[in-house]
Amino acid sequence: MTQTETPESSGGDVRLRGISKTYGSFTAVHPLDLTIPAGSFFALLGASGCGKTTTLRMIAGLEEPTTGTVELAGRDVTALPPYKRQVNTVFQNYALFPHLDIFENVAFGLRRRGIKSVAPQVEEMLDLVELGPMARRKPQQLSGGQQQRVAVARALINHPEVLLLDEPLGALDLKLRRQMQLELKRIQTEVGITFVHVTHDQEEAMTMADTVAVMNGGRVEQLGAPAELYENPATTFVANFLGTSNLIAAEVTEAGGEDLLLAAGGATLRLPARRCRTAARAGGQVLAGVRPEKVALAHADDAGEVPAGHNRLTGRVKDASFIGVSTQYVIDVPGVGELSVYEQNIGRDGRLVPGAETVAHWKPEHTFGLDAGQDISAGADLGEEAA
Amino acid sequence: MAATDTPAKDPAAAAAPAAAPAPAPAPRRTPGKGLRWLRRNLVTLAGLATLAYLILPNAVVMVFSFNKPNGRFNYQWTRFSTDAWTDPCGVADMCGSLALSLEIAVWATVGATALGTMIAFALARYRFRARASVNTLIFLPMAMPEVVMAASLATLFLNMGIQFGFWTILIAHIMFCLSFVVTAVKARVMSMDPRLEQAAQDLYATPVQTFLRITLPIAAPGIAAGALLSFALSFDDFIITNFNAGSTVTFPMFVWGSAQRGTPVQINVIGTAMFLVAVLCVLVGQLAGKRRKRS
Repeated sequence: MTQTETPESSGGDVRLRGISKTYGSFTAVHPLDLTIPAGSFFALLGASGCGKTTTLRMIAGLEEPTTGTVELAGRDVTALPPYKRQVNTVFQNYALFPHLDIFENVAFGLRRRGIKSVAPQVEEMLDLVELGPMARRKPQQLSGGQQQRVAVARALINHPEVLLLDEPLGALDLKLRRQMQLELKRIQTEVGITFVHVTHDQEEAMTMADTVAVMNGGRVEQLGAPAELYENPATTFVANFLGTSNLIAAEVTEAGGEDLLLAAGGATLRLPARRCRTAARAGGQVLAGVRPEKVALAHADDAGEVPAGHNRLTGRVKDASFIGVSTQYVIDVPGVGELSVYEQNIGRDGRLVPGAETVAHWKPEHTFGLDAGQDISAGADLGEEAA
Repeated sequence: MAATDTPAKDPAAAAAPAAAPAPAPAPRRTPGKGLRWLRRNLVTLAGLATLAYLILPNAVVMVFSFNKPNGRFNYQWTRFSTDAWTDPCGVADMCGSLALSLEIAVWATVGATALGTMIAFALARYRFRARASVNTLIFLPMAMPEVVMAASLATLFLNMGIQFGFWTILIAHIMFCLSFVVTAVKARVMSMDPRLEQAAQDLYATPVQTFLRITLPIAAPGIAAGALLSFALSFDDFIITNFNAGSTVTFPMFVWGSAQRGTPVQINVIGTAMFLVAVLCVLVGQLAGKRRKRS
């Protein structure tokens, strides 16, 4: 509370220790340890009901954790009510005060802390979000995007240690959402405050955040930089929820070398041992995964042109849909199942029509291995819904 | 009704139905000018007629406040006079009863609004065991025929040995105003986003500040509506008051009583004055609202 007057306050670490929340017999958040470094843009990503908003509300103090502690900049704030925490929230649907104008909405936090001359700060903040001329309007006279910026300004003006954003872009249309993503990222870089962003939109999380925690069923499935999560998913849920993955059930035929050799549908696949998330023994099962855009297609007549050493599966084109930048194919591979393939539209092969025999191939290092004990389609339908 | 009237008055419209019986080969249905005009303006006409229906009785009250009747009854227009306006309290006991009615209305409004607002918040915000039943019970005074309620209340007061008078009237008025306040405030509180209060707390407002700065201002229109309704209901209640007043006489009771022996013009003066005060309140409210919106 003492460093609120310095606009350059760089925010503080958020440290959650063993934090959990149960409602009756339902566990919304399982005991969770999480450290969000000061000044970072952190996203909690997951489908609705995964516990991400509950986690956020526990940081804000709007929800009391069942177990565990919340630390802000090294101070235990678990027992503090929301109005005593140096944390501010941008609420879903903004929760702007309808009876106050934009100026008073933004000034609300300053006035509650007994700051007398609020005008210069409020005007500066309204300029930052480009809403200076709107100061005397009521919230309902503003568009969705403008309301969203007011909500950000109202929170940021208090120079919190941490800014919490609860699905802040959910109510905006796609174009505006893209624009606001960049805007928020710009503001975060400018003010250097720690942002914790809750979203179900994986693209949004990956565009904006430095670090993403993927949550599912009240647990963090995986934590890391967006590219790291995308390229090296640790669970089937992450593989399916973040983009799309082809997951192939395979048997390990040879382990021990630099590459594992797998058998799937009569073909042999290579999987770099360091990219396998589970201990593989010969005779054991793994899930071999590959992203659709990493797979290339060759018509069966050109099978000889497939580079040596590539993983290859032979099948039939089941469906081809042209979507502009790429063509999305579904390949039916006997003994493996359906494989989805995204081909960039550079020299499209006109022979790849439904029914055509084709070879799907990719570099072995693009293969990742997951524990076969999981639900192979976990998160798949959720990911589609969110995107 | 209007549709059958107009063609007779309008020659062009009258021509259309007249043409129909003629042995025209193709009896085309081209409505006359008058009918077309009527069709375009029917909504306006209906609106004006309804307005007239609403305003006419008030106009009569106003006009007859300037009457100088022969005899004791103010039922026939005789001639214009401002006598009653210059001497509104000229009738014995009338202004005393008026003052009493206003006093009771103010206290009933305060009591019913305070209690009703608290009940409304409890019903809208909290889940407790008897919530559903309380929700229903609150509406019973509205459903009960007033005269039955009045008689039963009198029985209750009698059996409890309570002296009829100011307090019995006040208790009865608060009771029947409560339901209206609860209904008005509850609707407002229910439609309020609970996240607004969370947002206030998130922005350093203590629970008391949150209530005073966010909750109360947002609920205010509902509370004001409930209060206005209470005042109006209490001020002109006759039935329940008459049963529970004892020897006390409120303004409606005075009007009723005097109507047996004659109606003084001053009654119309009071009625008109109340009406004008109400209209003034509405106008001021609308002007204030408009100015707030413009700035």
